[in-house]
Amino acid sequence: MIAVALWSVAVLLALAPAGIALSMRPRGSVVLYGACLVVTATLCVTALLHLLDPAHPVLSATLPVGLPWLGAHFRLDALSAFFLVVINLGGLAASLFALGYGRHEDSPGRVLPFYPAYLAAMNVVVLANDAFSFLVAWEFMSLTSWAMVVSHHREAENVRAGYVYLLMASFGTLALLLAFGLLASSAGYDFDAIRASHPSAALASMVAILALVGAGSKAGLVPLHAWLPLAHPAAPSHVSGLMSGVMTKVAVYGFVRIVFDLLPEPVWWWSIVVLLVGGPTATLGVLYALMQRDIKRVLAYSTIENIGIIFTGLGLALAFKAQGLDWVAALAFTAALLHVFNHALFKSLLFFGAGAVLEATGVRDMEKLGGLIHRMPKTAFAVLVGCVAISALPPFNGFVSEWLTFQAILLSPQLPSWGLKLIIPAVGGLLALAAALAAACFVKLYGISFLGRPRSDVAASAHETDRFSIAAMLALAALCLLAGVLPGLFIDALAPVSKTMVGNIMPHQAGLQWLTIVPIAESRSSYNGLLVFLFAAFCGTAAASAIHRLASDRLRRAPAWDCGYPDANPAIQYSASSFSQPIRRVFGSVIFAAREIGEMPEPLAAAPAKLTVAMRDLIWDALYAPIATVIGFVTERINLLQFLTIRSYLTLVFAALIVLLLVVAL
Amino acid sequence: MSSLQFDIAHLLAGSLVLASFMMLYQDRLYALLNVYALHAGVLALSVAWQAYVQQAPHLYVTALIALVFKAVIIPVALHRIIKRLGIHREIENVIGVGLTMMAGIGLVALSMVVMLRVTPGADALAREDLAFALSVVLLGLLIMVTRRNAVSQVVGFMSLENGLVLAATGAKGMPLVVEISVAFSVLIAFIVIGIFLFRIRERFDSVDVQALDRFRGERR
Repeated sequence: MIAVALWSVAVLLALAPAGIALSMRPRGSVVLYGACLVVTATLCVTALLHLLDPAHPVLSATLPVGLPWLGAHFRLDALSAFFLVVINLGGLAASLFALGYGRHEDSPGRVLPFYPAYLAAMNVVVLANDAFSFLVAWEFMSLTSWAMVVSHHREAENVRAGYVYLLMASFGTLALLLAFGLLASSAGYDFDAIRASHPSAALASMVAILALVGAGSKAGLVPLHAWLPLAHPAAPSHVSGLMSGVMTKVAVYGFVRIVFDLLPEPVWWWSIVVLLVGGPTATLGVLYALMQRDIKRVLAYSTIENIGIIFTGLGLALAFKAQGLDWVAALAFTAALLHVFNHALFKSLLFFGAGAVLEATGVRDMEKLGGLIHRMPKTAFAVLVGCVAISALPPFNGFVSEWLTFQAILLSPQLPSWGLKLIIPAVGGLLALAAALAAACFVKLYGISFLGRPRSDVAASAHETDRFSIAAMLALAALCLLAGVLPGLFIDALAPVSKTMVGNIMPHQAGLQWLTIVPIAESRSSYNGLLVFLFAAFCGTAAASAIHRLASDRLRRAPAWDCGYPDANPAIQYSASSFSQPIRRVFGSVIFAAREIGEMPEPLAAAPAKLTVAMRDLIWDALYAPIATVIGFVTERINLLQFLTIRSYLTLVFAALIVLLLVVAL
Repeated sequence: MSSLQFDIAHLLAGSLVLASFMMLYQDRLYALLNVYALHAGVLALSVAWQAYVQQAPHLYVTALIALVFKAVIIPVALHRIIKRLGIHREIENVIGVGLTMMAGIGLVALSMVVMLRVTPGADALAREDLAFALSVVLLGLLIMVTRRNAVSQVVGFMSLENGLVLAATGAKGMPLVVEISVAFSVLIAFIVIGIFLFRIRERFDSVDVQALDRFRGERR
């Protein structure tokens, strides 16, 4: 099986140079994305078969590439199989979407060669079994995605996004490099040797923190998130979907692989760090998302929120594992992985929807959209499913994983440590707040973009997108519903992963009646997605038919509620900013230093009134701006060295030589 | 090796250092070139003596190259360049003879200390030879640093290269191919630098490198 996986990766790598040639052909993008579709489907099926294999074999392979004395080691175990499924399901959907969407690309030569290479790099990260291959693939993944972020390089904003992204990616890789360097000091680069070694608690703690920084900066944990909302929206939409839905999950994989697998038993305080980063990330991410007007940027910030939820789950797993409560750790860990899977589904779906809207109207600003549900009904339906799922409403999949996370939070009184007993409920509160705000955020996104009346001519003249894109979105929507209605299947599939990583599994769900899931015991809590779905479907259908049957069925078209204005202009609808104003007033004045400046004209003056909202990103101001200032100051000083005279350079060389000789002599 | 052979080798290498010192305080270009020719001549003698002592006939070729190229052709050519540039009357303000000589003495002391410390296992001739060679290299660098005229910087560079040749011949077994290629690279460097001197002169009416710096808008 691992041979199939590696050959598929090789085919993807071979497709990258082919992309250069194909980008010059008129239908080249269809050929390339079709090929990617086939390869990712193969990989996805292979990984799925491996994950569901009851024997759970661990396969490994060594290739004579990379460092000469090391070679490249690859390993396929339950964890990498699960992440391979996530990556290639996302890649499959993105390739299907791009069969239609990719034809509208203006400069395919800037995307096509990098797309298969990017997919290959993500697969190799998950398969790698030595630090060298891991880091090379990780960096390759960053670079190929960077190339696609700057593919529309004529917009200055994208170039800046690419610059910030490249800096932060290098920073993250540096942290991981240091982490592996510390591990390699005793055991070398091979993951098998690292697993067998016993690093001291202090060393393991440093590695864990470096892994959190390195993987967290790629995943978008606050405060290392600043690049994410710039870079993800700048790429073409199918790549945005991959970056947000899949690449952040590869970062989660990196964290899980290092902290749960390579390091020995966790130290108790690691979980506190992870929880204190994860909870605020969730809340801040969704608050940022609520303040945005750009659809793709809303989605990117919402990714930060979901990463926060996933890391909270992982932090809970660490906390319970360190205290010996394996069975709760298994619950939290499974919840986090299930959310990884779910988020990959609905975030890809939503980014594809945003891409379809962008392709149909040419704008990403919600204030210029509206009324798309009549013009793009199929897209609107798929995006609605995605919005409901990401808002964690039953019977869709987002609810299941967040509910499981809360089940683990509710078990925190069982912990012996008082610190954790106090911190975990507080994090739970943040998570609950994030879930509610996420619902508001997606009501806003859907309501402003798809409902109401068009706010611009481009929105009024929008048209439905092509059939491949719709197929991709509807398939993802169906998967969202499936994972929400039959969560037991997915939880059972994750059992081998949780067995190898935290040493225990959640109770078996398959034999329970009516496909109910029971995370702990039936007396405590249970959830049945199928019943909720059937009930909701039945009530909805019954109510709709009752209204149609009992009310007048004469079709009557009338102007929408117009607030008594004689001329119901689209501008008097809710706008994206006005919708989020109450939340901005509550949280914004502190977190974003938001100020509203109202300008009323003098009485009798015929000037429009103006309301300006000024917001700042305090994390940017407090963390990034000072660093940038210091680096700028230092480079300005060092820059003088570029403009010395020839004799000064000679003197410097001479002085350096003398100093070195003195060192030797004394 | 008899003690007479050792003493003569020592004497010649020491004379090379002495010639370097003489170059340090020459403030006229012609005088500098003459001392450089002397420098190269002493180098040729020294290499020839090494060839005799080590029974290595190929070192005679090296000595011949040093004599022909470095002691005759290059100084004569530089003479003509200086004449054509019309800068033979220029006097360079060297930092100050006393200070430069003190620095030079310090450098020689430093290279002695370094070499005697890092090569305790080598035979006596090689150790002394390497110490003198390092002194010549450092003094060549010092000449380059303290001069402002491009021609004298070139001369400083050439004397530095002489130090390298001395080091190479002191260590036994350096093949002739390397020697010849070094000689040729110096020759080519000389040609390139000569051409550049004329170009600089055309542009700035001077071969004072300060003119270059001013042209680049440098801060000093």
